[in-house]
Amino acid sequence: MRPDLGRITMSNFTRRGLLKTGAVAGAGLAMPTLITSPLAAYTNEPTGGSVTLGFNVPQTGPYADEGADELRAYELAVEHLNGGGDGGMMNTFSSKALKGNGILGKKVEYVTGDTQTKSDAARASAKSMIEKDGAIMITGGSSSGVAVAVQGLCQEAGVIFMAGLTHSNDTTGKDKKANGFRHFFNGYMSGAALAPVLANEYGTDRRAYHLTADYTWGWTQQESIQAATEAKGWSTVNNVLTPLATTDFSSYIAPVLNSGADVLVLNHYGGNMVNSLTNAVQFGLRDKQVNGKNFEIVVPLYSELMAKGAGENIKGILGSTNWSWTLGDDGTKAFVKAFGEKYGFPPSNAAQTVYAQTLLYADACERAGTFNPCGIAESLEGFEFDGLGNGPTLYRKEDHQCFKDVLVMKGKENPTNEYDALEIVEITPRAQVEYAPDHPMFAGGDLGQCNPGA
Amino acid sequence: MDQFLLQVLNGLDKGSAYALIALGLTLIFGTLGVVNFAHGALFMVGAFCAVSMQKIFEISKVTIDATKTDFLGNPLKVKTPYVIEWFGESAGNAMINWSVPLALLLAIPVMLLVGYIMERGLIKHFYKRPHADQILVTFGLAIVIQEIVKASYGANPIPTPAPSQFVGSFDFGVLLGMDPNAVIYPYWRLIYFAFSAVIISAVFAFLRFTTFGMVVRAGMADRETVGLLGINIDRRFTLMFGAAAAVAGLAGVMYTPINSPNYHMGMDFLVLSFVVVVVGGMGSLPGAVLAGFMLGILESFASMNAVKDFFEMLYLPSIDQIVIYLVAIIVLLTRPRGLMGKAGVMEE
Repeated sequence: MRPDLGRITMSNFTRRGLLKTGAVAGAGLAMPTLITSPLAAYTNEPTGGSVTLGFNVPQTGPYADEGADELRAYELAVEHLNGGGDGGMMNTFSSKALKGNGILGKKVEYVTGDTQTKSDAARASAKSMIEKDGAIMITGGSSSGVAVAVQGLCQEAGVIFMAGLTHSNDTTGKDKKANGFRHFFNGYMSGAALAPVLANEYGTDRRAYHLTADYTWGWTQQESIQAATEAKGWSTVNNVLTPLATTDFSSYIAPVLNSGADVLVLNHYGGNMVNSLTNAVQFGLRDKQVNGKNFEIVVPLYSELMAKGAGENIKGILGSTNWSWTLGDDGTKAFVKAFGEKYGFPPSNAAQTVYAQTLLYADACERAGTFNPCGIAESLEGFEFDGLGNGPTLYRKEDHQCFKDVLVMKGKENPTNEYDALEIVEITPRAQVEYAPDHPMFAGGDLGQCNPGA
Repeated sequence: MDQFLLQVLNGLDKGSAYALIALGLTLIFGTLGVVNFAHGALFMVGAFCAVSMQKIFEISKVTIDATKTDFLGNPLKVKTPYVIEWFGESAGNAMINWSVPLALLLAIPVMLLVGYIMERGLIKHFYKRPHADQILVTFGLAIVIQEIVKASYGANPIPTPAPSQFVGSFDFGVLLGMDPNAVIYPYWRLIYFAFSAVIISAVFAFLRFTTFGMVVRAGMADRETVGLLGINIDRRFTLMFGAAAAVAGLAGVMYTPINSPNYHMGMDFLVLSFVVVVVGGMGSLPGAVLAGFMLGILESFASMNAVKDFFEMLYLPSIDQIVIYLVAIIVLLTRPRGLMGKAGVMEE
């Protein structure tokens, strides 16, 4: 039988049913709004009286102490942004856009995630902070592997990533992203700062043996140090890659003894650095004479926290850092005072870079007048500033890398207290550590386009 | 030749730590039938006995020196360790200097107590459970111990140097008629090897030549029969658990000057030591010691540049981190019970 198209059958259609169906359909239609917010201009656009930042640091795992120091600095920065405390480096920052009333008048709140110094865990915690907590910016990290992974995630999610402690050339080289910004220095800069001091202290006719952590940071640092020292006349005897999980380096140190090398370069960080340096000193390398010269050890990237772990072994050994609490500029003094009074000890290198990153992000929002990542990116690109402890600094537009002075440090022979393990040998001027955006060590990546998400 | 000798020494040194931990693991497995994945944590607790001893000696009286300032410009707080205050400068400094060897005295009672509590409080409830349950619960326990240590001492390594008299290296090259400095080896690593040899010998002598040891060995062979003879074998096995914990703890104390201890060090050794036990043969004490030294030496040779170059020539990655597992595969394929394993162990 042909259906009667002209008549509406009402037999199963009640008023209650209509309401239920309508409610379900309405909820269904509303769902995409809840998940992707098509009406928002960008991911996690703040609508209330507060804005949430996501601090993604190692709270467990081998870098937990560094993560804890980063978290202290983040909390201090939030306090200062909201008008608490003495304002710290906000008082010395050359940009005067920050008013101590939050960011763009919204109170700053924060959530924290645990990277565990593992890329997958770091991505998961960043994702959770963006999707569940509504974080509008992600910052932190104590490893280049983690930084590269989280930077990629933030690019996809459409939020800004303000990198913490990451020193690999790749972070702003082949893995650079339009939504990612790095204040910390990198392997190339360490090489450019260290090589002249090494040549000056140890001479130009030196034979170096490298032990290198077998991952992105180790490879790029080794490449940078080798190139910089060879440019000063040094030769490279060998480069041995050591697995990250190594704890006893004795079998890697033993071949150095009779290799003809007179310098050992330890491209290691964290626990690896503490152990390899301790092992090298145990094997009497620092007491040896090779090629008529004193055998020397170099640790290109220093961390104050790890220097403490190496104890006496660090004395007299050269390396580089992004910043030191012993600097005498007004920004450093203000930050050390604020941090020291709140926590009772001076801040680390890692603490300073994340504090600076938080202020720089907030300041960029104020200057751009928006939380839109593309507006912020535009505001940070090419931004020149001073007063954050590193002297005049540029956030370069082409790769989102900060360019500033680099510190060459030495393990102090007679420390006066437990925070006094390192001393400044030289403040290498920014011009000496600059490089072209298309430098071969940074080639292969594409910054791409800013992604506002939403 | 010099490289060969150096790697043999390195291997013996690494093997010492593996053998000591594996010995304890085997002792517990042989007596109680428990696969104790918390044994690495006991090694770490021992290491932190050395850290604690150092910290105890460094507890200081604080005085204010108004003539100097700290990093905030406040009057400087000067710390003087109480041991110097009480015993004078030379005796106080000597105690601080010798804190690692002195920590052995602290570690023995601490480890016996920790072992006793661990066995009576948790592990005894899992004797009749499958090995998988035992592994899970002891692994969980290891993580708990690790986190407690991290919460108390932080995540960073803590330097615990050897007494200054043992800093430096011994020149084997001169002893063997070679050039000076050709084969030098750190004093403390040699001491560690000698120490492990003494501990291993003491454990074997204890089991071999004492009545207590004889009963334990009899219990390991046939627990039921020994029990039927009216001997409380459970109590003896509990004491052996404490002894195994003490062996791991002492190994940890003496290891601290080699690598600064951190909360994770037990886990770094545990997996390797478990492989050592399996290669040596589950339940075989001589097997554990033999495999410990053998795998330590093989691991050292695998990280030699010549070996790395050879593999590179064949377009293969270096095998220094996996050599132990490769050997384990080969041994288990050819001798499924391990080098010195006995029939019937873990085969039910």
